[in-house]
Amino acid sequence: MRKGIRNWGPPVLLLTPSLILVAIFVYGLIIANIQTSMTDRHSLASEGAFVGFENYITLLTESRFLHSLLNLAVFTVVFIVGTMVFGFIWAWLLDKGVKAEGIFRSVYLFPMAVSFVASGVVWRWLLNSAEGDRASGLNRMLQTFGLDFLQNSWWNEPIWGMAAIAMPAIWQLSGYIMALFLAGFRGIPDELREAARMDGASEWKLYRHVIFPQLSPIALSALIIVSHMSLKVFDLIMAVTKAIYQTEVPATYMWIALTENDYAKASAIATVLLILASLFIIPYLIHTMREEKRSS
Amino acid sequence: MRKRMSILAGALAVGLALTGCSSGGGGESDPENPDQVEVFTWWASGSEKAGLDSLVKEFNSQYPDIEFINAAVAGGAGSNAKAALASRLESDNPPDTFQAHAGAELSDYIAAEQIQDLSGLYEELGLTDVFPADLIDRLTVDGKIYSVPSNIHRANVTWVNTQVLKDAGLDPTKAPEDIDAWISDLQKVKDSGVDAPLAIGTEWTQMQLLENVLIADLGADGYAGLWDGSAAWDSDGVKTAVDHYAQLMEFVNQDYAGLDWDAASQIVIDGNAAYNVMGDWAEAAFTQAGQTWGTEYTTWPTPGTDGIFDFLADSFTLPVGAPHEQAAKDWLTTISSAEGQKAFNTVKGSIPARTDADPADYGEYQQSAMTSFADDTIVSSLAHGAAAPIAWSSDISSAVGKFGSDRDQEALITALVAAAESALS
Repeated sequence: MRKGIRNWGPPVLLLTPSLILVAIFVYGLIIANIQTSMTDRHSLASEGAFVGFENYITLLTESRFLHSLLNLAVFTVVFIVGTMVFGFIWAWLLDKGVKAEGIFRSVYLFPMAVSFVASGVVWRWLLNSAEGDRASGLNRMLQTFGLDFLQNSWWNEPIWGMAAIAMPAIWQLSGYIMALFLAGFRGIPDELREAARMDGASEWKLYRHVIFPQLSPIALSALIIVSHMSLKVFDLIMAVTKAIYQTEVPATYMWIALTENDYAKASAIATVLLILASLFIIPYLIHTMREEKRSS
Repeated sequence: MRKRMSILAGALAVGLALTGCSSGGGGESDPENPDQVEVFTWWASGSEKAGLDSLVKEFNSQYPDIEFINAAVAGGAGSNAKAALASRLESDNPPDTFQAHAGAELSDYIAAEQIQDLSGLYEELGLTDVFPADLIDRLTVDGKIYSVPSNIHRANVTWVNTQVLKDAGLDPTKAPEDIDAWISDLQKVKDSGVDAPLAIGTEWTQMQLLENVLIADLGADGYAGLWDGSAAWDSDGVKTAVDHYAQLMEFVNQDYAGLDWDAASQIVIDGNAAYNVMGDWAEAAFTQAGQTWGTEYTTWPTPGTDGIFDFLADSFTLPVGAPHEQAAKDWLTTISSAEGQKAFNTVKGSIPARTDADPADYGEYQQSAMTSFADDTIVSSLAHGAAAPIAWSSDISSAVGKFGSDRDQEALITALVAAAESALS
């Protein structure tokens, strides 16, 4: 018995503080948030009586919120496709062997060291939507190269504007995805490739049947990481455009609702965001748990 | 190579960390020490900071024993400050006094019983006699007054680049009669080769332009009726105004959504646009660019709003549970005093709320604004919190922002009606 305590006592003692903190500050606050989202606390003064799912119904029928979801969807698709494609291509090129690999690796990874807020300030200028005489940033650059027809109003475009905002995010995270894929490529033993080549596999078949299957767990983690980052996007948008209608996403709308003291609406948006993020995270957790069971 | 890279990365990280640090000013508020006052504002830079400094100097000479604690939170038009303030009030840790736009924007705090009735202080200091009756009306809620204004601004001012107008063959000294005349002038300026004759900026500046057009088309009474529910938002007058607004938006710069007001004013200063509708704080931008009123630039009340003063004011409150209530009242006394108003407004570029101020202390534009404020009909500004509570003006702001991207007049009117319904219900 005493030996038992010696065995499991210290780890439990070590874990308890963080367990308690997580229980209160993560799960406790999630519950408090859901509770607020089911009240009518729409101003500083109101008490907050229970109204059930009313706030959610109003939100999901409100064109402004649907617009922010649409914006988020455009952003997410462009961001995920962009980072995955660029990240993969760079990793593939590095794996094929280029000179001065170290430099390229640092160059591509470097943007990740900069925060969204800091790079957003620069991109705010780069994505300036003025054309003609007052053009600056990318529009000015396109002018200089005689590509005037490519000038556009970037994020000020009603529907595809969000794709422009995804550009800084792609710039920032492709390097990270590249690093993940590169680790994946390096993890594939050379013997496998050689064996495939000995069996007469063409270069395409080699990738199709030997390399891609080995990369798929990495691709999945990369996908999960960028997709949940994308759902939470807030700082980038606040830095590039501030909280305005054209680039409104649920996170910035939540912030606006909060500054209007509409606590119920803000927490309802927060809950919707949590559900959206868990749609991505939970399957991933199940997947990794199964993998771990299989390997153990 | 790798080493140099890491040094570079380190230097960048340090740089980021430094820019991330905010400058905390003054000491800490101590509830036990009665000789302190913690003042919460968003006056953290430029002419606003200079005005606050000047006001503090005056406060120190009136109350030398009280320590002033600056709790300013930087950020455009107070958006960051309002969020910070909300969390302080929520956790029952209010500053001794905080800045807020006078008028309807205070209604949330009043309903939540977070700020105190200052009617007693007004009587004690005789403020009801020195502030104009129109202003007192706007500050009064259910017979009580909850804030002390430090300054008055005008929001229906059109800033004009005289050279651009002359080049188009127009007389800059004469304002167009109404919005229709203005639109035909805008067309003339455009024909003279100016791509975007009307400079505009982000959502709230668009909202301010819409508000100007509403005042021009509905008149002072019609406009005021929109806020108490006595005038309908889907009336023909509003429809005309929205149509006018849509026509005006055809003459604006493409990059408006990303510009703050100062960047929009700069376009007029640079001569790339003829007009900009902005509050009278833009005066500082023009004078700092070395321009003189009447030569390089001039101002009119926005066409159609002559004789109407679209007012907004910054004011200070006394929160419930303020740790240093007496010192806060002393601060409010300084603000409302003739000397305090002079110290602040001569530096900030606004005009004093008191009617007994000496015009000779102020600049040429300010003198004309003081005359207008005394003689004109006063209406409350929407874009600056005087006309509507925060939630309402935020709904309108979003609807105006949406219009900026899709230009759908029907949708704008529907959204304006819906915003009014949810606010007045």
